Amino acid sequence: MEKRKIDWKLMGKTITRTFKYTFKKYKWHCLVVVICIIATSLATLQGTLFIQKLIDDYIVPLLNSETKDFTPLAHALMGVASIYVIGIVCSYGYNRIMATVTQGTMRDLRDDLFEHMESLPIKYFDTHAHGDIMSIYTNDIDTLRQLISQCIPQIVNSSITIITTFTSMFILNVPLTLYTLAMIGVMLLVTTRIAGRSAIYFKKQQAELGRVNGYIEEMMEGQKVIKVFCHEDKAISDFEVINNELRESAKKANSFANITMPINHNIGNISYVICAIIGAIMALSGFSGLTLGTLVSFMTLNKNSTQPVSQISTQTNAIVMAMAGANRVFDLLDEESEVDNGYVELVNAKEDENGNIIEADKRTGMWAWRHPHKADGTVTYTKLEGDVTFDDVDFSYDGKKMVLHNIKMYATPGQKIAFVGSTGAGKTTITNLINRFYDIADGKIRYDGININKIKKGDLRRSLGMVLQDTHLFTGTVMDNIRYGKLDASDEECIAAAKLANADSFIERLPDGYDTVLKNDGSNLSQGQRQLLSIARAAVADPPVLILDEATSSIDTRTEKLVQEGMDRLMKGRTTFVIAHRLSTVQNSDCIMVLEQGRIIERGTHDDLINEGGRYYQLYTGKKA
Amino acid sequence: MLKNLIAQIKQYKKVTILTPIFTALEVFMEILIPFVIAELIDKGIEAGDMGQVYFYGSIMALLALLSLLFGILAGLFAADASSGFACNLRNALFSKIQTFSFSNIDRFSTAGLVTRMTTDVTNMQNAFQMSLRIAVRAPLTFLCSMFMCLFIDVELSMIFFAAVIILGCVLFFIMSRANKIFTKVFEDYDELNASVQENISGIRVVKSFVREKFEDIKFKKASGGLYKMFMKAECILAFNNPVMMLTVYSCIIMLSWFGANHIVFGSLTTGELTSLFSYVMSMLMSLMMLSMIFVMISMSSASAKRIAEVLNETPDISDPQDPIKEIKDGSIDFNDVNFSYKHGSGKKVLKDINIHIDSGETIGIIGGTGSGKSSFVNLISRLYDVDSGEVKVGGVNVKDYDLELLRDKVAVVLQKNVLFSGTILDNLRWGKEDATLEECKEVCAQACADEFIERFPDGYDTWIEQGGSNVSGGQKQRLCIARALLKDPKVLILDDSTSAVDTATDAKIREAFAKKIPGVTKLIISQRISSIEHADKIIVLDNGMINGFDTHENLIKNNAIYNEIYEAQTSAGGDFDEE
Repeated sequence: MEKRKIDWKLMGKTITRTFKYTFKKYKWHCLVVVICIIATSLATLQGTLFIQKLIDDYIVPLLNSETKDFTPLAHALMGVASIYVIGIVCSYGYNRIMATVTQGTMRDLRDDLFEHMESLPIKYFDTHAHGDIMSIYTNDIDTLRQLISQCIPQIVNSSITIITTFTSMFILNVPLTLYTLAMIGVMLLVTTRIAGRSAIYFKKQQAELGRVNGYIEEMMEGQKVIKVFCHEDKAISDFEVINNELRESAKKANSFANITMPINHNIGNISYVICAIIGAIMALSGFSGLTLGTLVSFMTLNKNSTQPVSQISTQTNAIVMAMAGANRVFDLLDEESEVDNGYVELVNAKEDENGNIIEADKRTGMWAWRHPHKADGTVTYTKLEGDVTFDDVDFSYDGKKMVLHNIKMYATPGQKIAFVGSTGAGKTTITNLINRFYDIADGKIRYDGININKIKKGDLRRSLGMVLQDTHLFTGTVMDNIRYGKLDASDEECIAAAKLANADSFIERLPDGYDTVLKNDGSNLSQGQRQLLSIARAAVADPPVLILDEATSSIDTRTEKLVQEGMDRLMKGRTTFVIAHRLSTVQNSDCIMVLEQGRIIERGTHDDLINEGGRYYQLYTGKKA
Repeated sequence: MLKNLIAQIKQYKKVTILTPIFTALEVFMEILIPFVIAELIDKGIEAGDMGQVYFYGSIMALLALLSLLFGILAGLFAADASSGFACNLRNALFSKIQTFSFSNIDRFSTAGLVTRMTTDVTNMQNAFQMSLRIAVRAPLTFLCSMFMCLFIDVELSMIFFAAVIILGCVLFFIMSRANKIFTKVFEDYDELNASVQENISGIRVVKSFVREKFEDIKFKKASGGLYKMFMKAECILAFNNPVMMLTVYSCIIMLSWFGANHIVFGSLTTGELTSLFSYVMSMLMSLMMLSMIFVMISMSSASAKRIAEVLNETPDISDPQDPIKEIKDGSIDFNDVNFSYKHGSGKKVLKDINIHIDSGETIGIIGGTGSGKSSFVNLISRLYDVDSGEVKVGGVNVKDYDLELLRDKVAVVLQKNVLFSGTILDNLRWGKEDATLEECKEVCAQACADEFIERFPDGYDTWIEQGGSNVSGGQKQRLCIARALLKDPKVLILDDSTSAVDTATDAKIREAFAKKIPGVTKLIISQRISSIEHADKIIVLDNGMINGFDTHENLIKNNAIYNEIYEAQTSAGGDFDEE
């Protein structure tokens, strides 16, 4: 069983933080809202008070008078009406402003979440299930919206009612007030008890919902396999078991939540009866100066004081759930962003008359690294060429288990380096170090002679092109997707890139050509076509260094040929690191690195390695040497 | 649409009926209590009569206890009924999906089905519970209060009946206006979330192109748009409370004025006036509640629609009347077969297929993407039904067989194959539930899976993660083949099932097939010539038609398409692949 009690301290912290977040931008709005709420509840209160006065101060005298003059009543009603009008106006004001505050805060929160998420290191996305991150944007934000828009105003409202009624009660009679306070204490105690129990089951329900969710996902994903193996009945009976467990905990959680209201409500009723009896005894015996008239008024206040408490108590579940959601939201916001201490920048460059590289103020097609030296305040320029060196690089994902050991390699501009080896040998990891998706544990990686830790991450990545095995396309037109590589590319540039990537011919055949809208990660395109688009996207960026991950999935021979040609054309004249799956790619490489368990075990050209008769030979021929 | 959903209440019918009954009893108690309070004050306290105080006090305490009892029971029944209803809905959905044929499955996305069974069902559960409790409480409170008012003073009641009707109309107007906008808002909201999803899964692309700022700006624009839409709806809803207050306050003032008149002229007592005030309040409260339900129900109606969509789907393949329970041999015939995924209307995927395959033959199938290879083999185990013509296995039309028998004897290793969380042994036993360890080892040897399984520390008890994410693609494919072999089939279909297995192992598997299961008809789809060149015959599919059906040697000579593929793969275009 989980912790029996709610972590009130953490909850308090989260509530404060939620308030702070809202106040940051909507300080004045919130102030006006609070004033409006106070005004509204005061207007309601004077209404309730007036009903009491109505009989004593107006109707009874009228009954007794001869003239039956209704003017004093008319005046009084006009006064009440005008206060009501203020109340109504304030009520509209508070609802309207609250909408701005709630929706505005939601928008800010979404924007902040997204902006922060984009700044997080790749590691975060590797270690968190994508479904969980998504649910922060959908479920958690939504519970928070309810908290801000409903719970908080209600709590403010109820608190005001409680304060005003208790003040009046104290004025009327102290001992009875203390008694009422004690009863409210009982109510609160019962509420927290129930809320605690219910929170446990709500947690359990969430966990079981997750299990059911996981099972459904797995089965739906494998639905066709289930059919092929006639496994339907087994799947149903397994599902019924976990589904029933979910029902049990949902039933318990809801039971506790459902009984809170009737329990509180009737404790209120009992409290009323006891108050009446104690009060009557006190009044009849003349104790503490209580008169029967005062007791009648006090009884009304007693009823009024327990109502807001039971109202708040029904909110506790919503608050507990919202706080759990808010915690997840803040957890994401507290994740540490990718650190970038780089100071070497990529700038447009040109050569002056002496052949020195100097900075240019517009696009020249030539790029240089601008390297300021702190020690002597000078700035040097190095031409961007695409020379990459690994010097004794070690790497580990978790700081414990080393994934790469003593990687040493170099690629001079225009060279093609192929990585081969089994799954998990570290091929993809190496490429993820070049663009600093991950930072190395030991050793150095140099780019054009500069330690890549000194280069601004954005500039480093801009100079590297990537074509990944899982192509990701974005919602938008085909043209938008190609332009992703270079935002200011003209249509002509994009089409030229598509032609280079061999994508032009299939795009032209799409219903709207380059303006065809892609949705759901380009699900209306075939795997091969998506690959061609991602090549075009890299081509338009025109980077000096390329990282390619060849697709292993079965594309038919014709499309595969197109993809291959596209890749070959893209690689021409660029330093290329390629995770190779095809013979032709490997054979044409300047150097092949054979990786096994995070180490380079063989290196050389295709012919060298075949002659060596080692692991590469074995991979190539499928025979043991 | 709703009928199908309501039918799922099933064994919870009793609690479903009990909930509103006990809620009603609770409401009665709540209405009686103010009555007793009035008596307690008038006859007890104001008169200073301790005996009356005790009398009415104990009645009230009794009523409170009853109300507590009814309230708790209603709450418990509601929880039981709603969670039971949700449980039944999920079971019904799940069982229904199990009856789906492949073409039914194709119509829904996995994510869509998962959402229906989780979020949508939860929405229904909440709406169901709310309706059970409030749908009774609100109208009942309203009616009882109305009755009480009429009982006290008909003339005064008319004042606020008018007010209540006006308020009802205004609330309805506000809600329906807001509702229209909300439907649109939720569409936009889905789109915004889709773009977040896109960014999460494509984060490497975003980062490698340094497009974080670009995505930020795009997102802020979309979220700003959503904000405006939300505000539009909320601004309409902001009138809700003030309108409600306006009505209440007008009623109070009018009641004060006319009530005072009535009292003065003797047709009303002061105690009755106080009661009238509290009944007006509860009538208006119940109206407010009704408008809330209105919003909730309209919000959950989208969920109800999506659930009903699944429940109403009719599975388009079912067992024949008198199914044949035995399959003679593994021969396969296609007679004038035409097939399209949208029967009759859509593009034809297979056209005029006529072919005969002898029992025990090994047949290779090759062709480009979309040439109809998978569709061709899927017809054999009746995963889809033909548009016209007939498919026969063992000389009998597949439509006449018992489905389970047919699918057991025609084993398919699908292109998109899946392993389930569980041990390797669990996964293998999908093929045959009571298979012994020896039987499992035997089929794994045939599929060349034994070598790597035995290298795992836990051997056959190694735990496979969901989707088989902890084994490599090649290992997964070999396990899937072994699983299918365990069915002891008459026909074995491998739909591109060795694409991630290296060439040498691929050859070993084929060798084992020839030696161990010579009597089984084997159909092998592959992109690799090397996987099929040794087959007895090879089918070349192009654009849904059979372009060639012959041996490797003859096809090289006579078939242009086959020749082209062969050339492409032998001239340094082959795979360099390892598991």
